[in-house]
Amino acid sequence: MTAKVSVTLTVNGETHQGAVEPRLSLVDFLRQDLELTGSHIGCEMGACGACLVLVDDRPVHACLMFAVQAEGSTVETVEGLTERGALADLQAAFRDRNALQCGFCTPGMLASAYAILARGGVPSRDQIRDALSGNYCRCTGYEAIVDAIEATARTRAAAHAQALRPQARLPDEARP
Amino acid sequence: MKARAFSYVRPRTVAEALSAFAGTDGDASYIAGGQSLVPALALRLQAPDRLIDIAHIEALRGVSLTGDRLRIGALTRHAELLTDPLILRHAPLLSEAAPYIAHPAIRNRGTIGGSVALADPASELPAMMLATSAEIEISGPDGVRLVPADDYFQDLYQTALEPGELLTAILVPPVGPDERWAFDELARRRGDYALVGAGVQATLVDGTIARLRIAFLSVGATPVRVHQAEAALTGAPLDATSIARAQAALDADLDPTDDAQVPAVTRRHLARVLLGRLLGRLARPA
Repeated sequence: MTAKVSVTLTVNGETHQGAVEPRLSLVDFLRQDLELTGSHIGCEMGACGACLVLVDDRPVHACLMFAVQAEGSTVETVEGLTERGALADLQAAFRDRNALQCGFCTPGMLASAYAILARGGVPSRDQIRDALSGNYCRCTGYEAIVDAIEATARTRAAAHAQALRPQARLPDEARP
Repeated sequence: MKARAFSYVRPRTVAEALSAFAGTDGDASYIAGGQSLVPALALRLQAPDRLIDIAHIEALRGVSLTGDRLRIGALTRHAELLTDPLILRHAPLLSEAAPYIAHPAIRNRGTIGGSVALADPASELPAMMLATSAEIEISGPDGVRLVPADDYFQDLYQTALEPGELLTAILVPPVGPDERWAFDELARRRGDYALVGAGVQATLVDGTIARLRIAFLSVGATPVRVHQAEAALTGAPLDATSIARAQAALDADLDPTDDAQVPAVTRRHLARVLLGRLLGRLARPA
């Protein structure tokens, strides 16, 4: 046993302060201490991507970080992203396209997809595959996942273009 | 798998980090991004008594042009190599190699200092230190010293870093107007370790190669600068003849061993193919 170390971090908008064992990984901290079990533990080697969470808005492996290293960081898990509706359209597209089967890899896939989509525009299928190169899926063969992400990107880009289109409206002084 | 228990400190200055190491009889590790160290701890390939987390040392952050060198702080993340305007402009070979480093989530945490300190011969950045003629800034109890990349890589995971010393920055000479560069690697699957990879940085004056540096990864115990191939090209026009000469010279530069992935003869072949592609790319007008 070694001395616990204090850590303060924000998870899904809530600040947590406490003392943890230095060897406790961030994903174990999230799952055991905060009971946020959406992030999954697969390889614990940074290869499978099931544990991906956003740290300061970027996807990182929660298994390749000790909780003490998250001092001062903002962490968002799949639960946080879901609650604030950041993934609603993406999750619907995953459902529609059968992009999840056993679902074990899905939280990590969503974290990676969130980051690709946050860049805006419509990435090519190659770019999507490249962005998913750190996520293992053993059920879907990836095709449906790439479909779902591509479809969401297209829908978002279309909505964005619609919002930017100048609206026909009367000048203020001409209004009745 | 879980790491063995360790104590943990979070220094705010280089001096605090060095003294945290000095108090441990050497059984400590510095941790920055941890993208190589954490798996090594989980596998218990390493089991230090203490981790010294350097991520909160402000002096190790940032990229700046100082005098005739681009100074890249040790904590600069791989992902930043892709976006930092100073790196894109002055050390573009690092930006070109960065997409090949593992995958996006690893690039979001892993640091240039960590990669160069570990000196994995299959990693992209250590080899690119050779290709860009970088100097490694090392802080220790006796002060700061600069080690040219050519003298820094010594053997498998062995570098000029002495126990307790801390890699604090990478210094790179900015590319000149006549300089060209290219990086590529051959891997079985995107994000996997390369079977062979290389970066080239060359100064071309009126189509003739005035200077160039070529460095390979995944071909031996250290990243390898290929002096014979460089000599075959220096002073020559960059054309099919000089490229073929460099490819032939490569045999004298590389001494790969047979391993579980590929036999040495295959690796030599792949290195020749890769060098041909890279030089071909440089030969095309920008």
